Amino acid sequence: MRKKVASSHAIPFWRDIRVLRVVSQILFVTVIAAGIWWLLNNLQTNLKTAGLNISFRFLNNTAGFPISEGLRYDPTNVNGYAFLVGVVNTIRVAVIGIVLATVIGTLVGIARLSNNWLLRKLAALYVETLRNIPLLVVLFFCYFAVMLTALPLVRDSIRLPGFVFLSRRGLYIPSLVPTGSFGTWAWYLIGGLVLATVVYFFRRVQLKRADRPGFPIVWAMPVLLLVVIAGWFLASGNPLSVDVPVLKRFNFEGGMWLSTPFVALVLGLSTYTGAYIAEIVRAGITAVSKGQTEAAKALGLRRTQVLRLVILPQALRVIIPPLTSQYLNLTKNSSLAILIGYYDLMNVATTIFNQTGRAVEMILLVMGSYLSMSLLTSVFMNYYNRRIKLLER
Amino acid sequence: MSVTRDQGIIVCRDVHKWFGDFHVLRGISLTMQKGEVVVICGPSGSGKSTFIRTINRLEEHQRGQIIVDGIELTHDLRNIEAIRREVGMVFQQFNLFPHLTVMQNITLAPVWVLKMKKSEAQEIAMQLLERVGIPEQANKYPGQLSGGQQQRVVIARALAMTPKIMLFDEPTSALDPEMIKEVLDVMKELARSGMTMIVVTHEMGFAREVADRIIFFDFGQLIEKNTPEAFFHNPQHERTKLFLSQILH
Amino acid sequence: MADDLHTFHSTSNQLPPPSERIPVLRWLKQNLFSSWFNAILTIVAGALIVVLIFGLAKWALGARWEVIPANLKILLVGTYPAEQMWRVWTSLYIIAFLLGLSSGLRSGLIRRISAAAGIASIVLAILPFPWVTRGWTFGVAFAVAVGFGMGYLGKKNRWFKRLEITCWVLSFPIGLVLLNGVGGFLPVIEGRNKWGFVLNLLGAMVGIGLSFPVGVSLALGRRSKLPAIRWVCTAYIELIRGVPLISLLFMASIMLQLLLPASVRPDLVIRAMMTITAFSAAYMAENVRGGLQAIPKGQYEAAYAVGLNGALTTVLIILPQALRAVIPAIVGQFISLFKDTTLFGFIAILELLNISRSILGNLEWRGTIFELYVFIGIIFWILCYSMSYISRRVEKSLGVGER
Repeated sequence: MRKKVASSHAIPFWRDIRVLRVVSQILFVTVIAAGIWWLLNNLQTNLKTAGLNISFRFLNNTAGFPISEGLRYDPTNVNGYAFLVGVVNTIRVAVIGIVLATVIGTLVGIARLSNNWLLRKLAALYVETLRNIPLLVVLFFCYFAVMLTALPLVRDSIRLPGFVFLSRRGLYIPSLVPTGSFGTWAWYLIGGLVLATVVYFFRRVQLKRADRPGFPIVWAMPVLLLVVIAGWFLASGNPLSVDVPVLKRFNFEGGMWLSTPFVALVLGLSTYTGAYIAEIVRAGITAVSKGQTEAAKALGLRRTQVLRLVILPQALRVIIPPLTSQYLNLTKNSSLAILIGYYDLMNVATTIFNQTGRAVEMILLVMGSYLSMSLLTSVFMNYYNRRIKLLER
Repeated sequence: MSVTRDQGIIVCRDVHKWFGDFHVLRGISLTMQKGEVVVICGPSGSGKSTFIRTINRLEEHQRGQIIVDGIELTHDLRNIEAIRREVGMVFQQFNLFPHLTVMQNITLAPVWVLKMKKSEAQEIAMQLLERVGIPEQANKYPGQLSGGQQQRVVIARALAMTPKIMLFDEPTSALDPEMIKEVLDVMKELARSGMTMIVVTHEMGFAREVADRIIFFDFGQLIEKNTPEAFFHNPQHERTKLFLSQILH
Repeated sequence: MADDLHTFHSTSNQLPPPSERIPVLRWLKQNLFSSWFNAILTIVAGALIVVLIFGLAKWALGARWEVIPANLKILLVGTYPAEQMWRVWTSLYIIAFLLGLSSGLRSGLIRRISAAAGIASIVLAILPFPWVTRGWTFGVAFAVAVGFGMGYLGKKNRWFKRLEITCWVLSFPIGLVLLNGVGGFLPVIEGRNKWGFVLNLLGAMVGIGLSFPVGVSLALGRRSKLPAIRWVCTAYIELIRGVPLISLLFMASIMLQLLLPASVRPDLVIRAMMTITAFSAAYMAENVRGGLQAIPKGQYEAAYAVGLNGALTTVLIILPQALRAVIPAIVGQFISLFKDTTLFGFIAILELLNISRSILGNLEWRGTIFELYVFIGIIFWILCYSMSYISRRVEKSLGVGER
């Protein structure tokens, strides 16, 4: 080997580690920047050829197309408002889907750990079936096969308990309508909340002084309920009345209408995502080693205490991160709505594009909306993870 | 300032290192000759592991000079690679590659770095395995070996690159007591064969038997260095005396 | 004394358990009726299952299953010209033959796979498809058998194994050329003519093949010490993971041509495949990153100490360990990618699901909606479940020799 005698000065730059680090980064960034510049340049040329430019003023133009559900909207509203209606529709589907999926997933996940053989196998069948077929197949099945073919026509709707009607048109459910006395009752509601908050903090201070653990909400909740119920009776008439769907000649009147695509979407999304959540719940519960239950019982804790103080916190720690990403997946998967005719934000965006030809702007709007939702969820996730870490240290 | 090799195979002059605000190495100066065996001891957190890691550039020193076999450790890529080939290291946590067999662990670097032929590397590997006493484990995976056997493989793996200097970072601290002796025996044989060694360890028996010098580290500083007899029987500093009273019981 | 010791044998004085002696009854009691709650659950669930099975059976017997054999060709290969179908069959035969070859040379999982393939093709050949199709289908089993024979005979030969690996690697481009055609040699089949399930398969294979290296590179880039590289990779991953695949396909169909010079007009199918690759690579990157994070720092240090540079360390030491650790996640991603190819219908590509919709539009097949979707569901289910089964077996076999 060469006998190198070197001094600490004058390292040739092509061998100096510090130089190499900086240079390689500069090179990398330059290549990426050059690529992006080339793309944007093409964009500019192509737009100019087509006679278009990038501006969002078209959002103030009249939309001119119908949206059959969601916020109050008619075709004379502007494009921007139409897009907002789409966003709200996405959130509607996502929230209800998430709630249902969580319920289904938790039940199925627990069922997979049951000591009842039949239940275990059924749950496993459910999970394995839904996880191995594409979501779109499930959605198409729910929409075309179940909703549009298997269900009866409106006049032969299936009647479910509580004035709920299911048919090919969708789901009709009773809705709550505020009456004249709603105003007075609303004051009772607000008053109840204020009182409950006072009670909550009072109880908290009390517990702290006595140096005992406890949940102040156990005191605050009944107070709120008492005031609200009292207000109900004290207000003249019923503050809220129930509007029941009634079958007229061609359709139902009154009540709330959940369209066929909406029902199919919620059904498909919640059953599909529920299967994934079931696995997450199962993994979370099995992650808490059996020794924990044994140790807790040995200390004399009752069964409910064992569950609440030892098992659940540890299981939740394992469950929440993947659960949140499943929620995100559900929200993103709601974009499949466009393939079954539900007016979510993707669908509305495509329609606006078809009408105005504004490709770049619409893409930015769509991506921006979804990214905001994802970002919000990530922020919440990081906050939650950090809180858990602090509690561990 | 250029350096000649007559001054020693390792020359450290006023080496400083900071971890953020923490001054972990505070002006270490040390010269070692070829074939010398130096044992470094001291309380935990004193910087001894950090120090030997600066010698093969696993850690970067921020001030001072480190010259190994005439090559100075700077940001020069070629120097760093050259030094890594001349200095071998044995870790406390073994750090064997779990997805490769013992034989593959040892021949990996000679084949890929020294561009040796596979058969040649395997021959050398078998010789080394015999030298450390476990030739029959050649085709097993690290997970199937005991701690003492694993550490001996680590020594063989380092020796396969024919280093001039061997660094040992608390090689026996993670071993069960009954396996410490087998590793120390290998290290003693290595010392007797003339390898230049720096060993960070708490095994004072080993130090007494084989070390040419013992160095005491505390708070990032080189407090005392002496021959084993002088070190144990006649420690100069208060801190050395305190440390010795704690570990020799 | 010795007799006493003998009578203290473990089986003497042993009494049977107090309750039911009949094992079946004991099992029933333990697993199905262990408490009042469980008993009720079992009865309710059992009743539900019986009702469902009867309903299903009734439907299945009265269903118009003819829709499937009548449209099988369209569903599976779209409007591939009939006289060129031999090319599709040949690619299938190549795979079948190689499967057989590998199972002859090696043992274990691969044998089970080829056995399954052989049996499946024989079973399919019995079903009421047109005779020509049945003949071709049976040929698949034949190809597997021939391959197996050759593999078994050549087991001793060392060169045979190398040949086998080369053949597998070559099969992919050869299959692609066969299906697609090359100007001058084989007539090129227009993109719109070879749609159907083949497109889902092709899209999945290209997507998996490309998204894996891209994803691994992204994961390594995200963990780079150089901030510029880290930022760019992180930005890409987070952006792609934050939006649904449909929006990316939307972008590919309407915006991509704006970003490219007017002369470059990639085919719609190519665009779809690139999109799904870019999409899947981001998720792959996150999975691989998890594996990379699990590698202890000491591995890097040991590699550097022994003289390996950054690239060698990554390729020889870090990646083998990291990838092995995340095989389930990676295969899960592959399965998702395969399922996501159904979304190609959004940009008017006639893959399996989309074609089925046009079949349903046909007056003749009105109302066969359940049959079609059940069929499609079964196809996907079989393939996806097999993939996850194989991954679990591979995981287990790689566990040997690991710490």
